[in-house]
Amino acid sequence: MNLEEYKGVYVFAQQVDNVIGSISFELLGKGRELAADLGTDVTAVLIGYQVKDLADQLAEYGADKVIVVDDPELETYRTEPYAQALAGVINEFKPEIMLVGATAIGRDLGPTVSARVATGLTADCTKLDIGDFPLTPIPGKEQLHNQLLMTRPAFGGNTIATIACPNNRPQMATVRPGVMQKITPVAGAKAEVIEYNPGITVNNKFVTIKEVVKAVSNTVDIMDAKILVSGGRGVGSPENFKLLDDLAEAIGGTVSCSRAVVDAGWKPKDLQVGQTGKTVRPNVYFAIGISGAIQHVAGMEESYIIIAINKDEDAPIFDVADYGVVRDLNKIVPQLTEAIKAAKANK
Amino acid sequence: MKIIVCIKQVPDTKGGVKFNPDGTLDRAGMLAIMNPDDKAGLEAALRLKDEYGAEVTVLTMGLPKAADALREALAMGADKAILVTDRVLGGADTWATSTTIAGAIRNLEYDLIITGRQAIDGDTAQVGPQIAEHLGIPVISYAQDIKIEGDKVVVQRQYDDRYHVLEAQMPCLITALSELNEPRYMTPGGIFDACKAEIITWGRKDLVDVDDSNLGLAGSPTKIAKASDKVRKGAGEKVVPESPEDAVSYIVGKLDEKHII
Repeated sequence: MNLEEYKGVYVFAQQVDNVIGSISFELLGKGRELAADLGTDVTAVLIGYQVKDLADQLAEYGADKVIVVDDPELETYRTEPYAQALAGVINEFKPEIMLVGATAIGRDLGPTVSARVATGLTADCTKLDIGDFPLTPIPGKEQLHNQLLMTRPAFGGNTIATIACPNNRPQMATVRPGVMQKITPVAGAKAEVIEYNPGITVNNKFVTIKEVVKAVSNTVDIMDAKILVSGGRGVGSPENFKLLDDLAEAIGGTVSCSRAVVDAGWKPKDLQVGQTGKTVRPNVYFAIGISGAIQHVAGMEESYIIIAINKDEDAPIFDVADYGVVRDLNKIVPQLTEAIKAAKANK
Repeated sequence: MKIIVCIKQVPDTKGGVKFNPDGTLDRAGMLAIMNPDDKAGLEAALRLKDEYGAEVTVLTMGLPKAADALREALAMGADKAILVTDRVLGGADTWATSTTIAGAIRNLEYDLIITGRQAIDGDTAQVGPQIAEHLGIPVISYAQDIKIEGDKVVVQRQYDDRYHVLEAQMPCLITALSELNEPRYMTPGGIFDACKAEIITWGRKDLVDVDDSNLGLAGSPTKIAKASDKVRKGAGEKVVPESPEDAVSYIVGKLDEKHII
């Protein structure tokens, strides 16, 4: 493998039902920073069927080039045809960095493709930098420059590791959604569009989609919410979430929850914050009746203001809260809702 | 039908993590458990065994003490257990781990391989799909339901806002979500038998079609540059208000101060 041949920062532009996911724009935002450090450009890899029209959106969010792989076999995500497409692009264009969202799609596609092109993959990164490896010079060992340094939490968020991929290319990472910042879109920006199809070959690894069942949800995506009113097991019952619904409505926020609430069947999975749910960073995060297990905290600690209400004064949520109130939520939340309504009415 | 279930022994991170004075993880001080997603995968295999009849083989790569996780699997109802252990395999990343496990599996006949979606220590979700890639078989990740129909497997594959019902030709690899089921307990008879059962132990020489350059720390494309205990955001204020009214005016005051309302 001649590492010098590999150039450019590439981003997998995930789309579902021909709608580009927010993660793709986040990766482009980060990709631009990395490309600036390396003095190179950013390429989005858009894979699907009849998706070429989406290239302009990727340009507006920072793509210099868009490689479009368009094929009827790629209409709905399946591991094998998508792996053929992305591995085909990597083999043809030889990127030095390949970023993929750590979504339910990317965490399947990433490992398959990295194994196929024989490179390393770092999962669920929360920070990406260009730097030296080893970080500090070690006598007798060559220090490599311009390496992708990939930082990720492990052990349920208890430790954090920075990982490099010095001898293989591309340097591949999946990146946790909601962590990287999109750029403000530049209206009318255009990218160089390259249509490329490596040839999708049906083989034993193809699976058949018998049915697509969409979750019925009319709620706002909690990752986009500016204010989240989040409830845990301490809320007590699904009915009692009414208190949180009312507060959310009064303050203009959205209800989310902890894993315990999803496991109990009180709320659907798409409202779950945390390690196995979504990473959120709203302006205000109310943690109500949430003890604050480390897996939960990993998904919300980047929130601008964290307000915790819990009757257990030893609850670990108070270790990350900006403002902690040790009281029974049932006595506080309804009054808080009324007070916020009153405060808003007076302005 | 022959089913292989890949499991991993992991430190239990639920009760928090202990560190040595030098900042490294104190694995010895933490309880070692069978990884939860893997346990759900094993339970799924045992249910297929109950329903259709199957031979269930559990396989792990790890230190010799990982045999404990295999014995637990035998006590739950697995038929055969294989431990892949060798000094040269230590320090493997997901590429080297999946290469090793695929090398071990090439010795075996199978219709289905089940792994957990991800382990609670690394949380990568990479080893399952990478094993499938090395073996050249289809992979279905994030399984929330598994059924057998003839020589095909029908799986509900979870996504963020939907699920797909997928059909794959066996042999096939499936990664299991812990939501898939509630794993059964070990039976007293099972524990008794598992204590006496033979654990088949394989080393480097037993791996098929595997190059030395793809094994262990040296064969891992990813290298750790730095590892540390995570620095957390410090705690802010904590108040114990006299009355609900005080609590409410405290919160409203803060929201007002920060121009939220």
